[in-house]
Amino acid sequence: MKKYLNIIGVIAAWLVIYGIFCVLVPRSFPTWQNLETLMRQVVIVGFGSIGMTYIMIAGGIDLSAGSLVALVTVVIALVLNKGFSPWVGVGAALLTGICCGLINGVLITRLKAGAFIVTLATMGAYRGLAKGLSKENTVNAPLTWISNLTDALRPSEHWRLMPNGAWLMVFCATIAAWVLRYTVFGRHVVAIGSNAQAARLSGIRVIRITTLVYIIGGLFIGIAGLMDFSRLTIGDPTAAVGLELDIIAAVVIGGGSLTGGEGNIFASLVGALIMETIRAGGTQMDLKDWVQNIVTGLIILIAVAFDRWRIARAANR
Amino acid sequence: MWFLRAEEISKSFGATQALLGVSFEAKKGEVLAVVGENGSGKSTLMRILAGEERPDSGRLLLDDAPYSPRDPLKARNHGVALIHQELALCPHLTVAENVELGGESHRGPVLSVAQMRSKAKSLLAEMGHPDLSPDIEVRRLPPAVQQVVEIAKALTRNASVIIFDEPTSSLGKDDVANLFRQIRNLRERGAAVIYISHFLDEVMEIADRATVLRDGSLVGTVDIAKTDIQELIRLMVGREVSELYPRSGHQPGEVLLDVEHLAGRKLPRDAVLQLRRGEVLGVAGLNGSGRTEFLRAICGLDRIVSGEITFAKWAGRAEVHDRWRQGMGFLSEDRKQEGLALKLSLAENLMMPRPGRKGLVRPSFQNARTKTWIERLGIKCKGPDQTVGHLSGGNQQKVALGRLLEQDVDLLLLDEPTRGIDLGSKSEIYKVIDELAVRGKSMLLVSSYLPELLGVCDRIAVMSRGVLGPPVDASLTNAELLMEACVK
Repeated sequence: MKKYLNIIGVIAAWLVIYGIFCVLVPRSFPTWQNLETLMRQVVIVGFGSIGMTYIMIAGGIDLSAGSLVALVTVVIALVLNKGFSPWVGVGAALLTGICCGLINGVLITRLKAGAFIVTLATMGAYRGLAKGLSKENTVNAPLTWISNLTDALRPSEHWRLMPNGAWLMVFCATIAAWVLRYTVFGRHVVAIGSNAQAARLSGIRVIRITTLVYIIGGLFIGIAGLMDFSRLTIGDPTAAVGLELDIIAAVVIGGGSLTGGEGNIFASLVGALIMETIRAGGTQMDLKDWVQNIVTGLIILIAVAFDRWRIARAANR
Repeated sequence: MWFLRAEEISKSFGATQALLGVSFEAKKGEVLAVVGENGSGKSTLMRILAGEERPDSGRLLLDDAPYSPRDPLKARNHGVALIHQELALCPHLTVAENVELGGESHRGPVLSVAQMRSKAKSLLAEMGHPDLSPDIEVRRLPPAVQQVVEIAKALTRNASVIIFDEPTSSLGKDDVANLFRQIRNLRERGAAVIYISHFLDEVMEIADRATVLRDGSLVGTVDIAKTDIQELIRLMVGREVSELYPRSGHQPGEVLLDVEHLAGRKLPRDAVLQLRRGEVLGVAGLNGSGRTEFLRAICGLDRIVSGEITFAKWAGRAEVHDRWRQGMGFLSEDRKQEGLALKLSLAENLMMPRPGRKGLVRPSFQNARTKTWIERLGIKCKGPDQTVGHLSGGNQQKVALGRLLEQDVDLLLLDEPTRGIDLGSKSEIYKVIDELAVRGKSMLLVSSYLPELLGVCDRIAVMSRGVLGPPVDASLTNAELLMEACVK
C-alpha cells in the first residue's frame, strides 16, 4: 500500500485541481470533450516526462529536451518534403532522438562534467542544428496521418475516448514503468541514482547503463517531438523553447527527485496532466497568462515542499 | 594455514607515510582484530585489501596465490568484502534488491522477483533475522539493520574474507551484541573475519588475535587469550613525548565559558565544563565520540537540545554569527571542506568575516592585515594574493588559525588543529597556542593525538560515546590513562 501512496497522492491532487476548475467553469470544464482535449494536449510533455523520469531516477537531468523536440519537428518535415512515407518520418524522428540521447550520454559519462552542464551545451547545439537544417525558417510539409495522432476525435470516433497519440503514450508509459520495476536493467537504473558508488561496488556497469538511460530518454523525447510535429504540422526550429522545464516540473510534481533514486512514470504523467489542467482551466476562465504561470509555479513549490516533508518525516522515525 | 597474507605493505600519500612495511596474516575460522590510534594506518591497510587503494610496494597472497585487486569489484570477486563504516547501500531499493544488487536472479532481462525475495528471506533467516521483510526500502531501516543487510550482501557473494571497519561506532548495546552473533556465525562458517575497532573491550570479546599498528608500522600481533587491555594500550601508544611543546606558566583567570549538561540531537549526550581565561583545555576521545559535535554546539553551528551555555556575559544559546561577535571562533577539523575556501586567496580567506568596513571590501586594508599575519605566523607563501589551495597543509592551517587571530576572539575552539601537517608547522602552532594562553585567551583543543594534548593543555577531559568526563590536570595523567578512558 505504501508503495502506491505517492501515485495516489498525485492523482488526488489532480482530482482536487480538476474539481476546483469544474466549480469555477461549470459550463465547459466537466465535459468529456474537455477531458479529451486535455489528453490531446498533454502528450508532448507526457512523452518527454517518460524519458525524463528515467534520466532523473538515474540521478541525471536533460536540459536539451526542448531543443531536441524542435530538431525532430524539422527533421520530420524535411523527410516528408523529400516525398518519403510518413513511416520513414517516424523512423527519422526516433533515430534523431536516439542519436542525440547517445551524444548526451557519452559526453556525460566520458567528460564527467555533470549532466546539467553537458546538456546545457547540447541544448544550444541541438537548437542550432535545427535552425541550420531549416535555414532558420519554418519548414512546411504535406499533411499525413502523423497529424492525426493528436487530432480531436470526430463524433463517429468517440468510442476511442482519446486520440491515438494519447493511447500510445499510456502504452509506452506502461512498458517503461514495467521495465523499470521488473527488469535487472531497471533496478540498476534506480541503484545508480540512489547510490552510484554502491552500485559500482556491486559490479554494476555504471557508465554503460547511464548511457543507455540517456538513449532511452532521447527516444521518448524524440517521440515527444513527433507529437509536437503532429500538432504543428510543420517543422519549426523555434518550437518548444523552455519545454524541458515543463517536463522536469512534471517529473518533480510526480515525486521525482533531482538527486536521483526516486520517481514514478505514471506519477510524472499525472504531473504533466496537472500542469495542463491548470493551463486549460486558466484559459477557459480567461485568466491572464501571468496568473497561470504563478499558479503553476506554486504547484511545483507545494509538490517539492510536500516531498521534503515526507522525507524528513521518514528520516525522523 | 594462512588464508590471507600481507607482506611488507607500504603506502604513502604525498609526504605522509601511511604504511611502512606492514605484514600480517589472517586465517579461516578466526577473527583478527586490527587496532591502533587514529591515523595509525588501519583504514589504509583495509582499503588496500579491498582494492580501493593500491600499495606502493609489498604483496598480498590469497589462498597462496598472488592477489592484487585493481578495484573493489575485483576484490569482491575474489571473495574479499569490506563493510564500511558508512554503509554502501542503495537507500531507495528494497532489502532483497540490495542484497542481490549486481547479481540478481533473472530469466533473460526480467527479474525473478519471487526467487530474489525467497533467497534474501532465507539468508536473513539464517542470520537470525527471520522477521526482516525483504520488501522494505533500505532507507526506512535503522542503521543497525542496514548493517545486517550489508553483511547479507557480502554473504550472497560467498565472501571468504570479511572486513568490518569500525562497525559499532553508530550502534547501541543490543545491536552490538547482535553484530557479534553475526560475526561468530561467520567464523563458524569458516570465513576469515578482520575486525577494526577502537573499542578494546569489544576486541577482547570478539577477536582471537590482534594486530597492533602505530604510526603506519606494525608493532606486533598478540593472542587475545594471552593478553589484556593494558597490554594492548601500551602497544598502541608506546612512544615518548618529544620536546615539541613549549609551555609557559599559564595564569587562569575568571570563568569564561560555562557549559551545563549540554546535549545535541545525537551527540554530545552530556557535557559539563568550565573554562577559565588563559587556560588551554584538551578534549580527548575517539573519532565519532562527539568531540566535534560538542564544539559545534558551543559555537552555535549545531542545534542544542538541552543544557545551558554561558559565555562571558552572554547566557543562553546563540547563532554562530553572534558567537563571532561575542568573541568565539571555531577552527574546523576539515580544512579542505569547511575550514578554507581553497580557490580564494590568502587575504580573502583570512579576512573572510570582515573584509573591510561599512560593507565595502578594501583590498589595501585586506592585504596590509594579511601581511602582518603572514609575518607573525611565518606562513610560507608568495603573498596575500596567492591561492590558498596551493599552500602546504601546515601553511593552510596557519591561514585558518590567522582568521581567528585577526578577529581577536577570546575563545578559540580548535578541532584537530594539527591534523595532517608537518612537524615544523605543528610546533609553530603549539607556540601560538601557548602565547595566546599567556595573553589571557582561552582554548578548547580537540585532538586524537594524546602526546599533543599532554604537551599543550593545562587540563584534559575525555569524551566517550557522547559523554564528557571530568577534566583532570595534565600533569596528573598520562597517555595510557587517557586511552583507557577513551575506549571505555
